[in-house]
Amino acid sequence: MRIFDPHIHMTSRTTDDYERMAAAGVRALVEPAFWLGQPRTSVGSFTDYFDALVGWEPFRASQFGIRHHATIALNPKEANDPRCADVLEVLPRYLEKDRVVAVGEIGYDSMTAEEETAFAAQLQLAIAHELPALVHTPHRDKARGTERSIKVVAESGIEPGRVAIDHLNEVTVRTVKESGCWAGFSIYPDTKMSPPRMVEILKEFGTDRVLVNSAADWGRSDPLLTRETADLMLAQGFTEDDVDLVFWRNPVEFYGQSGKLELEDDQAERGPLFEGNSILRGGS
Amino acid sequence: MKPDELRAPLPPAAVDWVDEAVRQVEADPGAVARLFPRAARACGRAPLAGLPGWTADEAARALLLAALPGDRVAAEAERLYRYGDANEKRAVLRALPLLPIGDAAVPLLHDAIRTNDTRLVGAALGPYAAHLDAATWRQAVLKCVFMGLPLSIVDQLDARADEELRVMLAGLAEERAAAGRPMAPDATGLLNRLSGTALRKEA
Repeated sequence: MRIFDPHIHMTSRTTDDYERMAAAGVRALVEPAFWLGQPRTSVGSFTDYFDALVGWEPFRASQFGIRHHATIALNPKEANDPRCADVLEVLPRYLEKDRVVAVGEIGYDSMTAEEETAFAAQLQLAIAHELPALVHTPHRDKARGTERSIKVVAESGIEPGRVAIDHLNEVTVRTVKESGCWAGFSIYPDTKMSPPRMVEILKEFGTDRVLVNSAADWGRSDPLLTRETADLMLAQGFTEDDVDLVFWRNPVEFYGQSGKLELEDDQAERGPLFEGNSILRGGS
Repeated sequence: MKPDELRAPLPPAAVDWVDEAVRQVEADPGAVARLFPRAARACGRAPLAGLPGWTADEAARALLLAALPGDRVAAEAERLYRYGDANEKRAVLRALPLLPIGDAAVPLLHDAIRTNDTRLVGAALGPYAAHLDAATWRQAVLKCVFMGLPLSIVDQLDARADEELRVMLAGLAEERAAAGRPMAPDATGLLNRLSGTALRKEA
């Protein structure tokens, strides 16, 4: 089984996680830029974070044979801090990077005017840089937040097929499916969405334009819940091909719209520098 | 190395893209910020058969840097490195010996050597490392040994290796022996060569 986790925050995970993910079949992933638990107070903290997403973290992932891509954005929560507003100015440089395959996570947290300004501006950046967009839906007031997100997406002029609306549940899935956007689901140990509920949603709404992710981060989360959901799909009558569609071909199709997805391992081609360097111990 | 030696081994489509991109950079040096990240997508990332140790994207990016006017090249290289992904940073490091910048880019080497990314540490120890002071250079060589990098990537290794580096390598060898862990054969070889030199000097 091959798995592409379309949303996981590896910066917060350990090498043990990378090892277990690789053993479970995870061969590619996308790490969206988001907040780090501790609020940032300057543009410099963001650029250092973005640098890690296009520098150190792909290198770490490559040690375990996992292809790492990123999405870059000013996240909704920190869009409310005027000290971070200028992050929007540095985004164009990062959106041109080879492995940046979408603008994200953008969207709403508390549905403020500042969030809406940043959300709309970054949808325009997605259009200008010919990238898809990854939209986070709020935890509080989720149903109305999702509807309002779909409205902002429609007003922006971006093609709905180039937008994924994430962290959906039974209540919010239908409006997203009807909008033409991709439907994203984050499988969590006890919040958001569970493997059994996910399989029921797949039975009702089908496997088309669906992205299933672990969204594992610094909170209580589990990077192997993608695999657990895939196993449950098989146990409940879905075919191997259904599983491959949901956990590989769908994310490849969605992020492939960037024209920048690189799934061949180019590390091996780069010569003797990389031979014999498996796992770095950080001995320096 | 001259820019033509990097251009000639590129595949024809990459040569066309680079020639056009170089024209744009000559007309408007600021265009390099947009063209530099795109070079890998446009030219590919394959190793160049005619130029061992170089990939197409690295050669293309070096040609873009070489096209910048002399009074801007150091500042643009610094910015491209600052905002570059790991492959772009590596390309800047590889291009440094080709650029008319004197020792202005030494801080970039310091940054690369501070990382734990073998691609960047390795690229920092090419010919431009001649501008590094001896203490920094020795630490970087020892870091290569720790990271498992082959010492063949270090430019002027035997010419610059000195008694102080011998003492540092000997200390590492002793720690490794105590832990029952091997030291890489090329590092042991260097230590032996340095020890041999020391013995000859004593004799």
